Amino acid sequence: MADWEPVIGLEIHVQLQTRTKMFCSCELSFGEEPNTRTCPVCLGLPGALPVANAEAVHYALMIGMALDCEIAPRSIFHRKNYFYPDSPKAYQISQYDIPICGPGRLGDIRIHRAHLEEDAAKLVHAGASGRIHSAESSVVDFNRCGTPLVEIVTEPDVRSAQQASEWLRLLRVTLRQLGVSDVNMEEGSLRCDANVSIRPVGSDELGTKTELKNMNSFRYLERGVDAEIARQIAIVEDGGAVTQETLHFDPRSGALSSLRSKEEAHDYRYFPEPDLVPIAPTDEMLERARAALPELPAARAERFEALGVPAAQARQLAFRAELGDFYEAALEGAEPVALANWVTGELVAQIGDRDPAQTNVEPAALVQLLRLIEGGDISASAAKEVLGVLVEEGGDPAAVVQERGLGKAGGDELSAIVDQAMADNPDVVEKIKGGNPKAIGALIGPVMKATKGTADGGEVQRLVREKLGL
Amino acid sequence: MSDLLDLTGAQAAEQIAAGGLSASELFDAYRDRAAADELNAFLWVAEGAPNVADGPLAGVPLAVKDLFCTEGVPSQAASRLLEGYRPPYTATAVRNLAEAGISLLGKTNMDEFAMGSSNENSGFGPVRNPWDTARVPGGSSGGSAAAVAAGLAPWAIGTDTGGSIRQPASLCGIVGLKPTYGAVSRYGMIAFASSLDQAGPLTRDVTDAALLLRHMVGADHCDSTSIGLPDPVELPSAESLEGLRFGVPPQLTGGGIDAGVREVFDAVLKRIEGLGGTLAEVDLPHAEHAIAAYYVIAPAEASANLARFDGVRYGRRAGDVADLVSLYEQTREQGFGDEVKRRIMIGTYALSSGYYDAYYGSAQKVRTKILDDFRAAYEQVDLIVTPAAPSVAFGIGELTDDPLTMYQQDFCTVPFSLAGLPGISIPGGLAGGLPVGIQLAGPAFSENRILDAAHALERAIGFDGSAARG
Repeated sequence: MADWEPVIGLEIHVQLQTRTKMFCSCELSFGEEPNTRTCPVCLGLPGALPVANAEAVHYALMIGMALDCEIAPRSIFHRKNYFYPDSPKAYQISQYDIPICGPGRLGDIRIHRAHLEEDAAKLVHAGASGRIHSAESSVVDFNRCGTPLVEIVTEPDVRSAQQASEWLRLLRVTLRQLGVSDVNMEEGSLRCDANVSIRPVGSDELGTKTELKNMNSFRYLERGVDAEIARQIAIVEDGGAVTQETLHFDPRSGALSSLRSKEEAHDYRYFPEPDLVPIAPTDEMLERARAALPELPAARAERFEALGVPAAQARQLAFRAELGDFYEAALEGAEPVALANWVTGELVAQIGDRDPAQTNVEPAALVQLLRLIEGGDISASAAKEVLGVLVEEGGDPAAVVQERGLGKAGGDELSAIVDQAMADNPDVVEKIKGGNPKAIGALIGPVMKATKGTADGGEVQRLVREKLGL
Repeated sequence: MSDLLDLTGAQAAEQIAAGGLSASELFDAYRDRAAADELNAFLWVAEGAPNVADGPLAGVPLAVKDLFCTEGVPSQAASRLLEGYRPPYTATAVRNLAEAGISLLGKTNMDEFAMGSSNENSGFGPVRNPWDTARVPGGSSGGSAAAVAAGLAPWAIGTDTGGSIRQPASLCGIVGLKPTYGAVSRYGMIAFASSLDQAGPLTRDVTDAALLLRHMVGADHCDSTSIGLPDPVELPSAESLEGLRFGVPPQLTGGGIDAGVREVFDAVLKRIEGLGGTLAEVDLPHAEHAIAAYYVIAPAEASANLARFDGVRYGRRAGDVADLVSLYEQTREQGFGDEVKRRIMIGTYALSSGYYDAYYGSAQKVRTKILDDFRAAYEQVDLIVTPAAPSVAFGIGELTDDPLTMYQQDFCTVPFSLAGLPGISIPGGLAGGLPVGIQLAGPAFSENRILDAAHALERAIGFDGSAARG
């Protein structure tokens, strides 16, 4: 049996959060009553003309720069012709052979292009199926029609469903960091299609691809792509050939169904949009876009790694910008690796998806807490309890330690507790004396119980050895 | 014909402003004539005089081609598909004129969606030429031209894509100006061919053309291809052509021009010399390919522009249809006339995958060559002079079965349209009792030069069009 290598390319549609639509001055819609955000332009009324939204062009330039794309000195719009009620002009204004953003790269995936276009209207079909076939009637809501989109197309560099999903997360956090979109997959402001093919491992050729649509979460993307890879391998190993078609992913059943085959593919009759002038970014426009770029997650992760933070933690801090911000606020005065460990470990365990800035723990308080641990003043387990208090109630770690008696047990008190534990467990003491130092562990439990976890395990070991003259 | 109706638009505006003429009296006089129109020049006539606005054109009635959207007033592009359609907004050119004070008198008949050269393609019946009612007025702005020639309106506006102002002006013995592409906003003009469409005035004399143009032009934030004119439009005053070099292109003045037209044209050339102008032959080597290129580019753009007329949102909707595709097919089958269907099919074919380069691509190359021809020509001469149309008005029904001959009606005007250049048609005289128009054309933005030269020539020719006003 040959081993198959999946070859995957992604097409991502990003709704831009500009104030107004791509080609008219209607404000973008967020769940308003249907058809209340419309005008002659986005309704495609006779005689109406599009005018490109300068802010959308600005956002597209920012995206292009963030993805390390070549910015076209002059790009043009095209008309993509098709009849459907979601397209009031019966063509979509998009970009075709000269997109605003050319080749680029994000992480380990090359970007083929990124271009500007307009979103379609929303169709609602009355009837059992919820789809246009067999619908009793259909209505159109034009609020979404004309929302600015940037379509990002990758090269076929992705090799697994998991890689696709991980890379899409990187793209999403990058776009979020840019502030150009709210990148919500469930609500459709970030939409991902995948082109999938397989080939024998070691081959350079591309197999026949299929296009998967409607995978509106990271999980569905992984499930859809995995299902399609499996389907294609089964076909080919059965002696068949994959046909080029567009497939619809049903998240409920996980099934893929054909939307249209190559023979049914549209001839979109692209031609240059005569109603719009070319986009020719001036030096001022490019400078403005460049100045608006924040530090991007990939660069931030690299910076954290350079401090000695392990790669996985560095990515976690960079990809959740609010964690990264908290981390950086605490960085002065703390040891970077230990701090990263605490933020990505215990802090995340306690706050979940919450933004640490929205809880009561101050970055400076975490720094102090780490100093208490470092100075041997409290045990790790006590420190976790203190952090819990800080998250919920805030305050000063030293004060919390004192109030709650969480200071590390030590000195005569601890010595007495160890004595008691040894007296209570003579058999364990015999084992230790008999040459089994690991048995000391059996004494730590009772000591911890007696000190409410404030004892330091290492100190207990040291005391036991000392008392037994080992 | 009373004195009132003998006034040009400029004279009427002056007298109303001076208090010597009642705006409502003037409006009623024209309204009565327009309402009794036997030429089928009007598709809609205002019921009563609107409130007289302020402005330099205050109270002067204006006839507007049905292609312009006018709020709350039928705007049908003379198509059965848009029968009864009343748009929610007004075209910028009309709004600019309304702000200058004009009163909307009525909407004029035209070839459906501006596709035609005889006005026989109207969905509401042909328009008759007031010089001979068995003949056509030309097209597509035939209703506007006939209305002005017959004294049903003091002046009118139309649109010109390949000659649709200049050719009917020629056939009706009036003045018609097509401005430089971009001088007048296209917003609210129901689009035929977006890269060619341009609005302009149809008037009794050159001064009126200048006056209307002055109040139509301007960059419009709703039309990104509009730029206005660099200098204000001056009212022409020239009486001589001293110092002006006139180019005569053999390609547009020789073969294909009827003998009677050629005779009038030759007499006008002599007058030009008599007024101090000089004549020189200029070569337009690619002009002979202009009609072929035009009939690829214009239908290609039209095929997309007219795709929105699908019966879903406005205008005619076919009843009793089984599904969405039938709705589209039946609506368009019933709503569009034969010529419109022919051009949609030509355009769709020209843009189809596999044919795009051969047709649309080649046509665009020809267009560039023609532009180069004019650049070279205007280095040698200040203006180019040709007949405005190859023949006088022909009989209704004479060419309807011969579209290719009909398309040749625009062969004097189409090269200038493809290059986006301005041109005017003024009456040069009569041939067999029917008017012959002379085209004066110039480089981009040379409207003032064209108007001045046309004014001097108009004075010298002394054409009397009163016969058509009855």
